[in-house]
Amino acid sequence: MSTTNLNADNHAEEHHGAPSGIMRWLLTTNHKDIGSLYLLFSLLMFFIGGGMAMVIRAELFQPGLQIVEPDFFNQMTTVHGLIMVFGAVMPAFVGLANWMVPMMIGAPDMALPRMNNWSFWILPFAFLILLMSLFMEGGGPNFGWTFYAPLSTTYSNDSTALFVFSVHIMGISSIMGAINVIVTIFNLRAPGMTFMKMPLFVWTWLITAFLLIAVMPVLAGAVTMVLTDKYFLTSFFSAAGGGDPVMFQHIFWFFGHPEVYIMILPAFGIISQIVPTFSRKKLFGYSSMVYATASIALLSFVVWAHHMFTTGMPLAGELFFMYCTMLISVPTGVKVFNWVATMWRGSLTFEVPMMFSIAFIVLFTIGGFSGLMLAITPADFQYHDTYFVVAHFHYVLVTGAIFSIMAGAYYWLPKWTGYMFDEKLAKAHFWLSLVSVNVLFFPMHFVGLAGMPRRIPDYATQFADFNAVISIGGFAFGLSQLLFVAVVYKCIKGGEKATDQVWEGAEGLEWEVPSPAPYHTFETPPDIK
Amino acid sequence: MNNNEYEKYYVPAQSPWPIVGAIGLFCIAFGAGNYVNDVKNEVTGFGGYLLLAGIAIIIFMLVGWFRNVIDESMAGMYSKQLDRSFRQGMSWFIFSEVMFFCAFFGALLYARVFSIPWLGGASNNAMTHEVLWPAFEAIWPLTTTPSGQVTEAMGWNGLPLINTIILLVSSVTCHFAHVGLEQDKRKQLKWGLGITVLLGVIFLFLQVEEYTHAYQEMGLMLSSGMYGNTFYLLTGFHGLHVTLGTIMLFIMFLRIVIKDHFTPENHFGFQAASWYWHFVDVVWVCLFIFVYIM
Ligand code: HEM
Ligand SMILES: [Cu+2]
Repeated sequence: MSTTNLNADNHAEEHHGAPSGIMRWLLTTNHKDIGSLYLLFSLLMFFIGGGMAMVIRAELFQPGLQIVEPDFFNQMTTVHGLIMVFGAVMPAFVGLANWMVPMMIGAPDMALPRMNNWSFWILPFAFLILLMSLFMEGGGPNFGWTFYAPLSTTYSNDSTALFVFSVHIMGISSIMGAINVIVTIFNLRAPGMTFMKMPLFVWTWLITAFLLIAVMPVLAGAVTMVLTDKYFLTSFFSAAGGGDPVMFQHIFWFFGHPEVYIMILPAFGIISQIVPTFSRKKLFGYSSMVYATASIALLSFVVWAHHMFTTGMPLAGELFFMYCTMLISVPTGVKVFNWVATMWRGSLTFEVPMMFSIAFIVLFTIGGFSGLMLAITPADFQYHDTYFVVAHFHYVLVTGAIFSIMAGAYYWLPKWTGYMFDEKLAKAHFWLSLVSVNVLFFPMHFVGLAGMPRRIPDYATQFADFNAVISIGGFAFGLSQLLFVAVVYKCIKGGEKATDQVWEGAEGLEWEVPSPAPYHTFETPPDIK
Repeated sequence: MNNNEYEKYYVPAQSPWPIVGAIGLFCIAFGAGNYVNDVKNEVTGFGGYLLLAGIAIIIFMLVGWFRNVIDESMAGMYSKQLDRSFRQGMSWFIFSEVMFFCAFFGALLYARVFSIPWLGGASNNAMTHEVLWPAFEAIWPLTTTPSGQVTEAMGWNGLPLINTIILLVSSVTCHFAHVGLEQDKRKQLKWGLGITVLLGVIFLFLQVEEYTHAYQEMGLMLSSGMYGNTFYLLTGFHGLHVTLGTIMLFIMFLRIVIKDHFTPENHFGFQAASWYWHFVDVVWVCLFIFVYIM
């Protein structure tokens, strides 16, 4: 047999460094390469989606219709949302998981390295299809990232099919990625790395991966029904055939609400790594963090209809979903409490990752509070589909998820590149982002409470001043992110050499390997004390 | 190779297959996306061809990828730990499949418990009923839709019952084959597996019969309102899974009969295919109860 041959091949690969050229990236099975690919892809998507946000804010700078057609405006809000959720935030977290989870648990790589490559490389194709659909005759998807029926069925344009299939690919990618993470954590922990010794980033990702495998298939089911309703004459979402457009919303949000926790649990994990490092203390309440994460995940399956209070459902339903939603803020509060308690009486220093983490804690909490307001059914009748909701989810997603990703990137960048980043530039990035993001999103609360509806290209003149301010904040935030690219680029190119531990208070396996981390780490499992 | 290396976790070399698969999936998605529009708008375009090309690429990829994996496994490069990775990976994949079916079962449940009774005026929907379709009667199976489309319901005691028995028996024969493999009774393995594959094929054949009968004689179509929708999407996706499962089992059959693969200790490929088969079977039982009987 070809035994000897095969071995020769593989072992050559295993013992040497990275192959070179484009083929390294196309054919790679290395978790660090794939992690980098995910992260770079997500950065690219962040800017493409960001560009669309700039179009939206430019149009909304003044009342009236100036720059784009209403239909194109709708396409921008739709594709902006889809790209940011599925193209920027989720791949960034998967990238971080790829890089860090094996190193944190002392594994040689991800459990299923070839599938890992596949889950990444199908993503660019999915977004290629989505972006191409914008150039179709009749335009791209324009029904919002939530693609409510019948907007996405009866009234949608021909791009719907491309939208559906591209979402299918995104789903396949997420599911395979999540399977890989789960199996890696269950099966590849170094001897002695018990569950309750795992770093919290690993824990939160374990639970996130479970959520992903549970709900991405439901999203696949939802888009499939949209496809058959539009192209194959079914009537899942049409009352004429016995279906119900409201059913779409139930199915979508059964996916959609766990999805928002998919985008925040890994963020909790990152913050739980960073805060102890720069407080030079152990994380306060490790096990309560684990239980809080698990209960958030479980509860997230029974709150979906808080997105549908005004859609209508029996009173008992409205109440049930209101109380369950409020219940979720208890474990969330536990987490915030624990982070603050970790900092309490610590010897704090304020390096850039820590600055982003503290900003995260404060601003995410604001988002949590507005969420709590939205959870009150009768109040939501007023707030629903206004900019108040937009303010809420941008606080939890931009100053929440994205800030945590930035924090994580700055935290681990020296480990990835072997160099310290330009601290001055990074601080400029932080302060500019912090100020502009609040100029951008805080006034949205006010216009929202005053009744400005979301997803409309025009508005009543009384909202004009606030919208101008919001748009200026938006442009400033967008431009500030270019600094991040500059920092990352410079850090890859060179700089002050990073030590193995990088940060004085850092603890964990990933800080015991050299910086930059060698191509293969832990080929033999480390000893865990 | 010395013994120590057996214990090492095998991280494969670079592999061309994932990127080939990515291109294949792109062709399928982009092709299908264009094809359905071509059909709807009654024009001819490249969509259909691209779709077919994509399927061909995926098949090519699967063959190549699995050949690599099988070669590596036969060369003894896999450890117990890697075997566990495969098993856990497969279990989670099946869990994701379960959730996919849940979406459609959920739609069926929602229609029966909520949307159809509501259209008939239940709960506080008397006005809805009065204003929209006052003649509509909320019954299940929904043989007359609110807009007045008429169809016939599929009974459970003809072909569906036979098919249920076939699948149940096939699950037993599959297990029988598995026991044979574990006890190194190759003859029992071959017979058990061969019969399972055969039953799978018969099931699919009868399913086609059923569909033909439904379309031609009963007027039960995919477009026949909620009853037809859920009937065809649930049984259709199940049928696709049976097809896939049958192919998987058939390949295992060939590997056993021709190449004499698998040992009592080491048979993940067979195990995965048989798990998949049992899963498909369980889905059918749910289908039989909720789609046909109830
Ligand atoms: C304390 C926890 C939270 C509560 C109580 C809460 C509550 C709510 C409620 C009631 C709505 C519906 C508002 C409406 O449409 O009228 C909503 C919308 C939303 N929430 Fe939250 N939320 C919380 C945390 C989060 C987190 C952590 C995320 C994501 C990271 C998130 C993302 C979103 C998104 C994206 C929407 C809007 C979806 C859309 O309609 O496009 N929320 N939230
Ligand atoms: Cu929600």
